[in-house]
Amino acid sequence: MATVDDLKFQEFDDAANLLAGNPDATTISIDEPSENPKNQYGLLQDSRREEDDELLGTDDSDKTELLAGQKKSAPFWTFEYYQTFFDVDTYQVLDRIKGSVFPIPGKNFVRLYIRSNPDLYGPFWICATLVFAIAISGNLSNFFIHLGKPAYRYVPEFRKVSIAATAIYAYAWLVPLALWGFLMWRNSKVMNIVSYSFLEIVCVYGYSLFIYIPTAILWIIPQKAVRWILVMVALCLSGSVLVMTFWPAVRDDNRRIALATMVTVVLLHALLAIGCLAYFFDAPDLNVLIPTAAAQNGTIVATKTQ
Amino acid sequence: MAEAEESRAGGAAKPLFAGLSDVSISEDIPVEGEITVPVGSHSPDEDYSTLDEPVKDTIMRDLKAVGKKFVHVMYPKKSSALLRDWDLWGPLVLCVSLALMLQGGSADSKEDGGPQFAEVFVIIWFGAVVITLNSKLLGGTISFFQSLCVLGYCVLPLTVAMLVCRLVLLASSGTVSFIVRLVVVMAMFGWSTLASTAFLADSQPPNRKALVVYPIFLFYFIISWMILTFTPQ
Repeated sequence: MATVDDLKFQEFDDAANLLAGNPDATTISIDEPSENPKNQYGLLQDSRREEDDELLGTDDSDKTELLAGQKKSAPFWTFEYYQTFFDVDTYQVLDRIKGSVFPIPGKNFVRLYIRSNPDLYGPFWICATLVFAIAISGNLSNFFIHLGKPAYRYVPEFRKVSIAATAIYAYAWLVPLALWGFLMWRNSKVMNIVSYSFLEIVCVYGYSLFIYIPTAILWIIPQKAVRWILVMVALCLSGSVLVMTFWPAVRDDNRRIALATMVTVVLLHALLAIGCLAYFFDAPDLNVLIPTAAAQNGTIVATKTQ
Repeated sequence: MAEAEESRAGGAAKPLFAGLSDVSISEDIPVEGEITVPVGSHSPDEDYSTLDEPVKDTIMRDLKAVGKKFVHVMYPKKSSALLRDWDLWGPLVLCVSLALMLQGGSADSKEDGGPQFAEVFVIIWFGAVVITLNSKLLGGTISFFQSLCVLGYCVLPLTVAMLVCRLVLLASSGTVSFIVRLVVVMAMFGWSTLASTAFLADSQPPNRKALVVYPIFLFYFIISWMILTFTPQ
């Protein structure tokens, strides 16, 4: 990759100006689709480039990728190497969380908030909080649902914490790994404008899980309609963040593969939410059955004594 | 080197090493190296005294140190005594007693009961290690075992809360007892978090304090949850 880096560095100062001034010029850079002949796309290329500038923010992509390569210079067996992944301040973490909950249409989460400083603090602690939020809320919700039953004894259900932890950490780390591998593979076949490092994908996934924390707490309300509305809202918000992040990375690819990738990303996200809802939270309509059964028993006893 | 030169200069007639007594290291041959005499941390008198003292004195010295740290936790002023002479006896005793008290005989009931002894143990120690690693990675200046020591000792209010909860549950197990337990656990949870934050927050860079305090809050919250949801058989 050294020659590609040399080519990128030579155009370091001029890439943005050249592109802005002369959009039709062929630039020798790995980031540009230089093989596409202009007479096939024409105006479409101009509008796509403007869209890219909007989505990429004010930086150009090769500058941020260079910076990403230069930052982690310590060897991986030293403590300082891992400290570079925790180089965030409180306001930065709060900004990233805000960006994952309120997606701004047209803005890319990675370019706007991560900006080549991916951190592992957010993903790790958001996942930990989510694990315990789901386990505790599930426990509380089951307690309230079964409260009236005479045969019910409260159990803390501590086993479910380890199950929740396995599920959520597997989702937060394995799915980004698979997605990164897939994007790398497609990148080798089709030149994409945007490509993300593995840590940036982990970061996006970690922060996109934040919306499920208040959702899990609100799932204590034992109404099925409320729970499903919450699922839909959470899915829309964090799913849109994921889609807006990854759409530029697959857009240049075959139309079908790009759509399939987006659908898979959203589907897995939905599957996590619905799976947690189904496994940790009992169905609330049992509450309706018990009073009717008690009423039936009451009437039978009344007729017997008569 | 000097000896070899001298013997060669003297010719074959002189026996080997004959001129050794005349050898002197001249100024232009640099002598390098470290000549340090390692000074033992204990002078012979100190070793003598701690070996010969009664066992009661040795044990009482450690017990007094642990007891002093307990007092520091209950009244958290910004003293650094807890940090300077760290020890892990107090955290071990607290962790074991808390894990034992959380065993309500649920071992012989169906599986979905309270946490097992090993689970409590692992949560406390693994949680403390993770929080320490987190604060060090964020740029904290505290050492690993000092942080473990502080986090372990600040479990003391929650252990007291567990004791109170068990006593209250012996008396009754209705709504009133639940409210009493809730108030006690919440108060002790606040105390634990404030105590450990008072000790640990100073060693963090100021723009990351909240990032370090939040995992401590989560840690004690989980322990409080385990105490509050304890149901005896």
